[in-house]
Amino acid sequence: MAGTGVVTGEVSVTRAEVCAVACAEMFRGDGEIVAAAVAGMTPALGARLARATFEPGLLTTDGGPHLTAEPVPLGAPAGEIEGWLPFREHLWLVLNGRRHVWLGPSQIDAFGNCNISHIGEADRPKSQLLGSRGAPGNTRLNPTSFWIPRHSPRVFVEKVDYVSGVGTDRGAFQLRGVVTNLAVLDFATPEGRMRLRSVHPGVTVPEVVEATGFPLTLPDEVPETRLPTPEELHLIRTTLDPKALRDREVRP
Amino acid sequence: MGRLMTVEEIVGSVESGMTLGIGGWGSRRKPMALVRALCNTPVRDLTVISYGGADVGLLCAAGKIRKLVAPFATLDSVALEPHFRQARQNGAIEFEEYDEGMFMFGLYAAAHGLPFLPTPAGLGSDVQMKNPALKTVTDPYGGEELIAVPALRMDVAFVHLQRADARGNALYLGGDPYFDDLYTKAADRAYVSCEKLVDTGDLLKEGPVQALLVSRAQVAGVVETPNGSHFTTGDDDRRDEAFQRHYVEAAATPEGWAAFRARFLDGDEAAYQAAVRTWRDEQ
Repeated sequence: MAGTGVVTGEVSVTRAEVCAVACAEMFRGDGEIVAAAVAGMTPALGARLARATFEPGLLTTDGGPHLTAEPVPLGAPAGEIEGWLPFREHLWLVLNGRRHVWLGPSQIDAFGNCNISHIGEADRPKSQLLGSRGAPGNTRLNPTSFWIPRHSPRVFVEKVDYVSGVGTDRGAFQLRGVVTNLAVLDFATPEGRMRLRSVHPGVTVPEVVEATGFPLTLPDEVPETRLPTPEELHLIRTTLDPKALRDREVRP
Repeated sequence: MGRLMTVEEIVGSVESGMTLGIGGWGSRRKPMALVRALCNTPVRDLTVISYGGADVGLLCAAGKIRKLVAPFATLDSVALEPHFRQARQNGAIEFEEYDEGMFMFGLYAAAHGLPFLPTPAGLGSDVQMKNPALKTVTDPYGGEELIAVPALRMDVAFVHLQRADARGNALYLGGDPYFDDLYTKAADRAYVSCEKLVDTGDLLKEGPVQALLVSRAQVAGVVETPNGSHFTTGDDDRRDEAFQRHYVEAAATPEGWAAFRARFLDGDEAAYQAAVRTWRDEQ
């Protein structure tokens, strides 16, 4: 279930920690680009973890206009600064392309079209959300990943009410993948449809299928999402998120 | 060249049906004193152009907006703007939705006399597909189709910066200029409110020359409004999170909002600031 941890040897690993590592993995191979991981605490932690381990070239922010000299702990001040990235520079950088962004959609469909704008009709929505923010440009021009802390059929829908971010069938640049509290998914099928890549330890494939509101492409063998290494676990717990803010998004 | 005005003179020059641009971003460095005062005028049917936040919320609550042109409305630490949500869910305002980068190009175009600027940001999304007014343009060199973002011209713009002189030169403190220079250039008349008026010769005692974001050539009037961006980020680049939460909670019910309005918004700016001080002492 969503909240259970797993025990490996003597160490208990929480679901939030598995999610943070899965987010970090999305940056593998990105090199020297900006990790725009503002869609939640878990992707921000993942970006800083990737930078502290296997992607040292990544540029990460303090959540504000500063590129920090080192990956800083969640919620901590920037410390030493290596660059300036006010909103206008972020928006130009979208066009430049050296940026990998995370979105936190309220709805997403099988092709990765996503909605952060409103639920219901455009003229008089049932629920007005944020508005499209930078999702249209981000998905058209930058590698994009998605963070969904509660995997459910309300989020994974046949058809989104408004296409804020474009899917693989609408000209997306590159949808890297989706990390949820249950699983990792990607779009690595010939038609660009969503596919189950791995389930987190303790989650079953039928559970994910049931929590997804459209038919999911299933490989013959669905592996488990990898566990944090001892080094990663140590970094998460003692350095990058000592206050365990990650547990606010994914319950332990 | 003195351009000092009062808050009442500035908002008194805004007429019903005008297009109003508002600087800042979300719940950051918004010209809230000017917005509060505008809510207490008879003006209505405004088209508002804004990276929306509490400014949009207050104007929605006061029934001033006919149409919002924006990429979002948010309070940052509180994701959703309650009055904007209500206005939309009641069908009370029209919302022309842009991508953030498209929106910036609209400001750049308007600031520089261009009819449009081309961008791929927005292509294929419903921001493009569900807005019949938005046209595309073909790259004459490579043939690529791009969105032609129309210039976001405005009749009037309000911005709030930390320091200004009486001529209208203005300087920002903190890490982000947002887009306030573009708003002042994109408007027929732009007004600056500031935390503190200083002598022209003292501007560079406040920050580096690069922080002089707004030139007097673009400014029709200046007013000193200490704490005038409250409850969004202000002089120290911090937000009054507790008061923002109070605003959000008050917006949840008609009675709660009526009480909030009576206590904080029905008087002038000095009354607002005094009421906020009293509220804070009670906490």
